[in-house]
Amino acid sequence: MDYVLAALVGCFVALGVYLLLSRSLIRMLLGVVILGNGVNLLIFTAGRLTLQIAPIVPPGLDQPDGAIANPLPQALILTAIVIGFAMFSFLLVLAFRTYQTLDADNTDTMRLAEPVDAPQPPLSY
Amino acid sequence: MNTVIFRTIAPLIVATMLVFSIYVCLRGHNEPGGGFIGGLIAASAIAVLGMASSAAQARKALYFDPLSIAGFGVLLAGLTGLVSVFNNSPFMTSIWLYLELGEATVPLSTPLLFDIGVYLVVFGTISSIALGLESNEGEEP
Amino acid sequence: MVPNIDASIALVAIAPLVAAALAPLLHRYTRPFSGWLLALIPAAIFAFLVSLAPQVLAEGAISARIGWVPSLGLDLSFYVDGLSLTFATTISGIGALIIVYSGGYLRGHEHLGRFMAFLLGFMGAMLGLVLADNMLALFVFWELTAVTSFLLIGFDAVRQSARRGAIQALVITNIGGMALLVGVLLVQQITGQWELSALRGIEDGMRGHGLYGLVLACFLLAAFTKSAQFPLHFWLPNAMEAPTPVSAFLHSATMVQAGVYLLARITPWMGGTAIWMTLLVCFGAVTLLWGALAAFKQTDLKQMLAQSTIASLGLLVLLIGLGSETAIAGVIIYFVAHALYKAGLFMVVGAIDHESGTRDITALGGLADRMPVTFIAAGLGALGMVGLPPTIAFFAKEEMYLGLLAPQWQDITVLVVLVAGNALLAAIGALVAIKPFLGAEVATPKSAHEAPIAMLVGPVLLGGISIVAALLLGDFGHYVLEPGAGAILNETVKSHLTWMIDPTNPVLWMSVATWGLAFWAYRQAAMLRTLMRRFATGLGFTADDLFDRAMFGLIRFAGALTRLLHHGRLEVYLGTAFAMLALALMLPLFALGGIHALLPTADLGNWGVRLNWPPLAPHEWGVFGLALIGLLVIVISRKRLYSILALGIQGTAVALIFLIFGAPDLAFTQFMVEILSVVILALVMTRLSLEDEDPRPFEDWARDGILALVCGTGVALLLMVVLTGDLDTRLSDFFTATSVPIAHGHNIVNVILVDYRGFDTLGEISVLMAAGIAIMALLSSRGRKASASVKTVDSPTPPVAPVAPVAPVAPVEPAPARRPRRRKAAS
Repeated sequence: MDYVLAALVGCFVALGVYLLLSRSLIRMLLGVVILGNGVNLLIFTAGRLTLQIAPIVPPGLDQPDGAIANPLPQALILTAIVIGFAMFSFLLVLAFRTYQTLDADNTDTMRLAEPVDAPQPPLSY
Repeated sequence: MNTVIFRTIAPLIVATMLVFSIYVCLRGHNEPGGGFIGGLIAASAIAVLGMASSAAQARKALYFDPLSIAGFGVLLAGLTGLVSVFNNSPFMTSIWLYLELGEATVPLSTPLLFDIGVYLVVFGTISSIALGLESNEGEEP
Repeated sequence: MVPNIDASIALVAIAPLVAAALAPLLHRYTRPFSGWLLALIPAAIFAFLVSLAPQVLAEGAISARIGWVPSLGLDLSFYVDGLSLTFATTISGIGALIIVYSGGYLRGHEHLGRFMAFLLGFMGAMLGLVLADNMLALFVFWELTAVTSFLLIGFDAVRQSARRGAIQALVITNIGGMALLVGVLLVQQITGQWELSALRGIEDGMRGHGLYGLVLACFLLAAFTKSAQFPLHFWLPNAMEAPTPVSAFLHSATMVQAGVYLLARITPWMGGTAIWMTLLVCFGAVTLLWGALAAFKQTDLKQMLAQSTIASLGLLVLLIGLGSETAIAGVIIYFVAHALYKAGLFMVVGAIDHESGTRDITALGGLADRMPVTFIAAGLGALGMVGLPPTIAFFAKEEMYLGLLAPQWQDITVLVVLVAGNALLAAIGALVAIKPFLGAEVATPKSAHEAPIAMLVGPVLLGGISIVAALLLGDFGHYVLEPGAGAILNETVKSHLTWMIDPTNPVLWMSVATWGLAFWAYRQAAMLRTLMRRFATGLGFTADDLFDRAMFGLIRFAGALTRLLHHGRLEVYLGTAFAMLALALMLPLFALGGIHALLPTADLGNWGVRLNWPPLAPHEWGVFGLALIGLLVIVISRKRLYSILALGIQGTAVALIFLIFGAPDLAFTQFMVEILSVVILALVMTRLSLEDEDPRPFEDWARDGILALVCGTGVALLLMVVLTGDLDTRLSDFFTATSVPIAHGHNIVNVILVDYRGFDTLGEISVLMAAGIAIMALLSSRGRKASASVKTVDSPTPPVAPVAPVAPVAPVEPAPARRPRRRKAAS
């Protein structure tokens, strides 16, 4: 079952990359989310999988009474999800404002910072 | 979206979600839950409120500016780390205090306060984002 | 007497730098006297250095060291022997006079304080350079002199020619600086020594090494660029754009002599080989003649002196190349003599320029009556430059001829070159000192009168010292010549300077021949000038033009390269990044054999296990299927709304995966995040009118698809390989075991977040907060930006447009046509 999940991670990454390479801002945004999910799953899988036993010590005990899921990747991923969401919101708003200002969704047409006909460097002292 | 049914039920949903979010946050140390999840639930509640009435009204209901709440959360989380300095321990060493209230024992600790700080940051930041996007063009966010 | 010799010697190099930082402030409050006041610092350094002389004489050298980077075995070490003492006293002594002179020359200049700061900073760098023992410290000070001289040459930055001169000096000397660094590192690698003083004892360790040629090339490039040797000499005349005090200081005794100092310093362990002698003598000889002849071409007094400095530098390099005892003695005497008369003459030229308004030799004459003291100073300088007896320069000439009276053809050639070069230099000296002052009076742009005292102290004093040194010849030999030459040759040298002039000695007749030739050249100066100008016209190009062409070529190349790499097409940037990712994934897997972990081993049973259908429950398959469906819909859907819904589906599937595999916290969080993502995405999307089509042409999406597939496959395979290995669970085990006993929490994930890794979480919520602030800033800038943004978007070339007078009308035109579209989009 690890391998199945590994293959699924591959699918997430592939789609994320594919969407990021498209030139439409909104598609790229979806790509960021999917790539983020893929990476979260990657860390989760790399920490080994355990079926249905949460890393919670039963009440009254000092130690869990059997094998439990690896808590470390979970802690990493939990913050990653929230930070990823903040990043997604930021990019979304940025794209939204860009669209409002530049009237464009295609990154090819956004040349404000790097104009096609940028002036040559001055040839003098 | 602004149907009468939604607008009538929304405050009820919001109230339930807010209470639930606090419950999730507080039990987080021993059961599934915690500041991150609690904060997200509470922020969703505010987003629902904003959709049902308006962003401005949701802001009014919050009383404090959501970003100020988030700022307070960061401050709280940072200060709980400093408490240990008075105990001659390194930054962020946890300190526990067991309050005996009759039969029940209420454990208080700096990690709990820290988690509340996390809750406030997540809640404040995400509800401010949601309300900012919900507010209309003309209206000042 | 001195409490801590280490600190004191380090202070010699550091004090001027500190003074430089304070100079502008000091200048503000002591305006008319700041020059005199600031000169106290170099004067004090001079006195301190002179007080070291007896100790240096007795012990041979003083070492000082301060810890620098102890972990690397690097010390900031200084070393004072005869050579560095000679240079350092010259630098600080002339420096003090120059600062006094600057106070008069630039009186009332609004940036005089800044100028003083640059000058003092330069002096500190120069003193550090000649006193440094550690070669890396030497390099640092070497570069510091380049930077500070850049600031000084370009001081008058509003003039283009000053900027050009400054940049040229910086570029050329920095090429040498880089070569020096390479040379220093090579020497350290070969010998294991950072200290110059330690290298003196290595005998043939460097000369016999296979990399000797490379090291030599590096050091020679450094010295030749700094000391303006042909064909890298052209920056020095252009550096005359600097105010005259700078030329007097940098281009007589300090900056340009750094190369000579370096050559002298490395002579004990690099010099003496055939290739060393050949290169130094040849380059020195060509530079000497070229500089001396080029000086005749000029009519600008300052340019004449600059060209003659090039010649003098060539002479010094030639003498170091010869390396005989008399030649090295000649180096020391000539260095001192040259510093004295050249600095003096530069100051005189500055005074002429300052008082009469011109420094064109053809426009000057008869100033002797109006500026008598200046004339005396000029005469003293010229005496030195001609090398007449009552000055120390006379003995420099005697000394350098002395060793060359052998009947070999090489010696005779060198002798002829020296005589010719000295004669030409002498004629230039005479021209500079006599022409402006004697003869018929010529009207000058300003009515000439005597220069202020601050500008006369320097040249008169220097000319006086030149004569006093010659009168106290025995002491000069004992205190300056013997330790200095001894340090270069690494053996004891006995001075044999004497006033006893022996008419039977052929050396004297060489001097007489020099003066005779000089007299002829002086008379024929106009003819020589015409000749040299005709020659330059015939040549058709100068190294100066080549430098310009190289610089502009470099700028064009940089522009083209920037355009190539920084073209502004996002998909190419991203494509490159992901192609590198694919390479980084695939290379270890296939080229380095990582994939072997997945391949079947000898017993085929292994494959059997792997090929088995994984034991998953139907609902688990269902979740995987859900994720795949979500992904598929995102990629094929043409409608935005479906894409957003599909995003929610795949996110939900991920949450379910977390739930199945024992991570309820993650599942919860993921659920909430997915809901919020879909909600705000929908909120934004309803406000945009977007094209639904994928804008990519077929070949593009095919290429991107292949790249994406490679990346995905790479990640999947990599993960599978990782899963075949063992997991190091020490950290997880620690958290699991101690969560309840120490941290009093049963939910281990939460305990890690708020307790064990609380500091990380604090950082993460701060990031979250920052993102929130950034988003609010973006959203709330909406109202104000709307009117301003129209202009920036609609004018296609904003920086160029306002130049043409008609242009301001043009960009306004398209704006109304565009505005309705913007409205529609916004609503």
